[in-house]
Amino acid sequence: MSRGYSGIDVDRISVDDVRRGDLTLEDIRIHPETLEHQAQVAEEHGNPQLASNFRRAAELTRFKDDEIMQLYEALRPHRSTVEELQTIADDLESRDAPLNAALFAQAASVYQRRGLARK
Amino acid sequence: MTINENEKRVIGRFRFMNEQAVNLDGFATPAPELGLIAFDSPHDPLPSIVIRDGVVVEMDGRGEDAFDALDEFIARHGIDIGIAEEAMAIDSLQFARQLVDPYESRESLVRLASGMTPAKLAEVLARLTAAELVIAMTKMRARKTPSNQAHVTNRSDDPLLLAADAATAAAFGFREIETTVPVLADAPSNAVAVSVGAAVGSPGVLVQCSVEEAMELALGMRGLVSYAETVSLYGTEQIFIEGDDTPWSKAFLTSAYASRGIKMRVTSGGGAEALMGGAERCSMFYLEARCVALARAMGAQGVQNGGIDSAAVAGSVPGGVRSLMAENLMVMLRNLESCTGNDALMSESHVRRTSRTHPIFIAGSDFICSGFGSIQRYDNMFGPSQWNAEDIDDFLAMQRDWGVDGGLKTAREDDVEGLRSRATEAVSAVYGWLGLGDFTASWAQQAVDAAGSKDIADADLMLPVNASATIMDTNVTMLDVIAALAENGFDVEAQRCLDMLKARVQGDYLQTSAIFDEDMNVLSLVTDPNDYAGPGTGYKPSIARQAEIDTIRQQVSVDDLRVQQRQYRTFELRVIGTAETSHDPRDVVIGVSPATGRDIWQTLSGLLVCDVLEELMAGLEEEGCVGRIIRINDSIDLGKIGLAAAQLSGSGIGIGLQGKGTALIHRHDLAPLANLELYSVAPTLTARLYRLMGINAGRHAKSMTPEPMRNPYSDEAIEARYHTKVVALVAIERECSSNSASEMLEMVK
Repeated sequence: MSRGYSGIDVDRISVDDVRRGDLTLEDIRIHPETLEHQAQVAEEHGNPQLASNFRRAAELTRFKDDEIMQLYEALRPHRSTVEELQTIADDLESRDAPLNAALFAQAASVYQRRGLARK
Repeated sequence: MTINENEKRVIGRFRFMNEQAVNLDGFATPAPELGLIAFDSPHDPLPSIVIRDGVVVEMDGRGEDAFDALDEFIARHGIDIGIAEEAMAIDSLQFARQLVDPYESRESLVRLASGMTPAKLAEVLARLTAAELVIAMTKMRARKTPSNQAHVTNRSDDPLLLAADAATAAAFGFREIETTVPVLADAPSNAVAVSVGAAVGSPGVLVQCSVEEAMELALGMRGLVSYAETVSLYGTEQIFIEGDDTPWSKAFLTSAYASRGIKMRVTSGGGAEALMGGAERCSMFYLEARCVALARAMGAQGVQNGGIDSAAVAGSVPGGVRSLMAENLMVMLRNLESCTGNDALMSESHVRRTSRTHPIFIAGSDFICSGFGSIQRYDNMFGPSQWNAEDIDDFLAMQRDWGVDGGLKTAREDDVEGLRSRATEAVSAVYGWLGLGDFTASWAQQAVDAAGSKDIADADLMLPVNASATIMDTNVTMLDVIAALAENGFDVEAQRCLDMLKARVQGDYLQTSAIFDEDMNVLSLVTDPNDYAGPGTGYKPSIARQAEIDTIRQQVSVDDLRVQQRQYRTFELRVIGTAETSHDPRDVVIGVSPATGRDIWQTLSGLLVCDVLEELMAGLEEEGCVGRIIRINDSIDLGKIGLAAAQLSGSGIGIGLQGKGTALIHRHDLAPLANLELYSVAPTLTARLYRLMGINAGRHAKSMTPEPMRNPYSDEAIEARYHTKVVALVAIERECSSNSASEMLEMVK
């Protein structure tokens, strides 16, 4: 279970590899399958919500850092219209991120009801 | 100012009481309308749940149409529907009793709690007394091994001092280090400096840099920090939104951290909403129950709560301190990591702040403090903590007193000096290699020695800003830092930093309550579950760990004291014959104890025994008497020594002196425990007082009635300071005592 996001075997990475500049942050990022494994462990230890979090995270491993920052910003109060939130939800669905899509879709409906969307 | 000064002059007793530190604290009359109430506001909802077609349609008295954003998120994500009806039907008092019953397993209780609403858990936990909270916390915390977190910050964001202090914090045993900035732009530099310093101190120390949410995540993504904590939750919708987030954005943020393999916990705390004027007339504890439910609903693995920045608000109302601990217990009951506050200083009074922490300290928690200020109060950029560098020795002594593992260990001075040197060298090398800045040798020397930033005159305050800009502009990541360490010969530290990066690929430290031990093993709910089930179960320190707790650097042995005494052997008490009874009416015998002039040379007040004897002799001489020094070998009891001296004395008056300095005047015809005059508190005695004793003994010898000597007054904890020495000195006296006859002595300097 020590495969980096790039597929590299992390156990074999040495300080010398780092010193030679052979690695990028992609090599030492967590792999979605590892997060799925951790989700199962969390379920076995009485925390299905932690498991759901790991599964949303597994979807997000495919997203670039700045995309993630933008998605977070979009969910903050009064940043996005209801339609924009729904569009993001659709986009996430089409990019094989259904759990995050559901989070955005639910936010769209609650933000509308509670006045938390941008007008 | 005195409290009643406009009305009348306050009597001295109350003027004096008003001046005590505790009266600098604010105490509030409970005001539920303002949220200034710990438990059970009349406006708190009663627990309820209605589930229709597998959906929560009513929770805590509110129908789904009226759910605010917090209710909605909790209802949709935070309640285990399959358990809710069973759990909500349990009588709250019954469930409270199960929490303190050692035969009720933690697993069964967390299962039921996952079906309980915020109001239900608030109702349950409000019923536990302080003592019951201790027992329940002992059982309910997730990780078996307790731990502790340090703050490492300073006023100037000095990278060398940050690194030196991070290494020091690691040496004292802290397994998480939290830094922050007085100047936001300095954050990247602080993250690098603390991460490098922590790696110098120990493998596996987690590091965070508490700043604005987006910046904190960005630092994490670059690998410059290894966990996050400052993801704040609030218990009312209004305050939550004013915090510029919603439960959905925070839930997304939680997943964003996990997507990069970074541990995170959220932060909340009773009193925050009242402080911000948005408590919606609810009690602090009920609002915190909503925060904790949200934390679980979002999928965060843990919570930092227990007041935190608003701890003093909770502390201002009746039961408020108890509610802070109950908040922590609620987190544990929700099966989450609990970082148990004891963070922002909640009282000016040492007594109150200790009282606030102590029950949690003895119960044990995942992190006793969510920020023990390992630096001095003035350098803590979060504001002073409950516990600070000023208190590290106190905390270590408390661990030793109670045999409790509070996560800290004694660090040796020379080890810490070595670590601080290496930390400053490592940071200098990294900053130089990456073009972040250059440090002068005098700056580095000052940082190694400094007790705080005030001791560093040569720091360049612009360096952290410039270094941070370069880190951001040239996209420096932890990989660059590791390369710089390796290129400059810091191979061990490079490996430790790389191991922290590898850990986030493995992901085991994302599980609840995870820390690393010094061998990089993950200790968590999964790998190190708390199995407390009554006496003899649960966490027990290993033999090695117990020795760390028990062995503080200040402890001394009898042998240490014997060596110390030998340094004062600057005179001799030479035996010149056996003791004989005198018939000279001017004769006064000074009887000394068996170890005097053999193994004991200095009294507890720091006077040499020879100087004491000279003062006594001079006092006798002033009264026209002659002193003889005789060692009484067959007793260490001062009364018997004095009486034996009096019985050998021609005047019938004797002085008894123990090596440690306690002295009395005795008369030949009194019972051993009766005496004429006594100096009982040896540590406070002066040469002048011994002279006075000699004079008074002379006057007694002449059958006069002198004005009695007065023991000097002191409000110091004399017994605390000297009793360990007394025990050792008495043991030495005992070793020297024998049946041999009393001896005439002559002093030779």
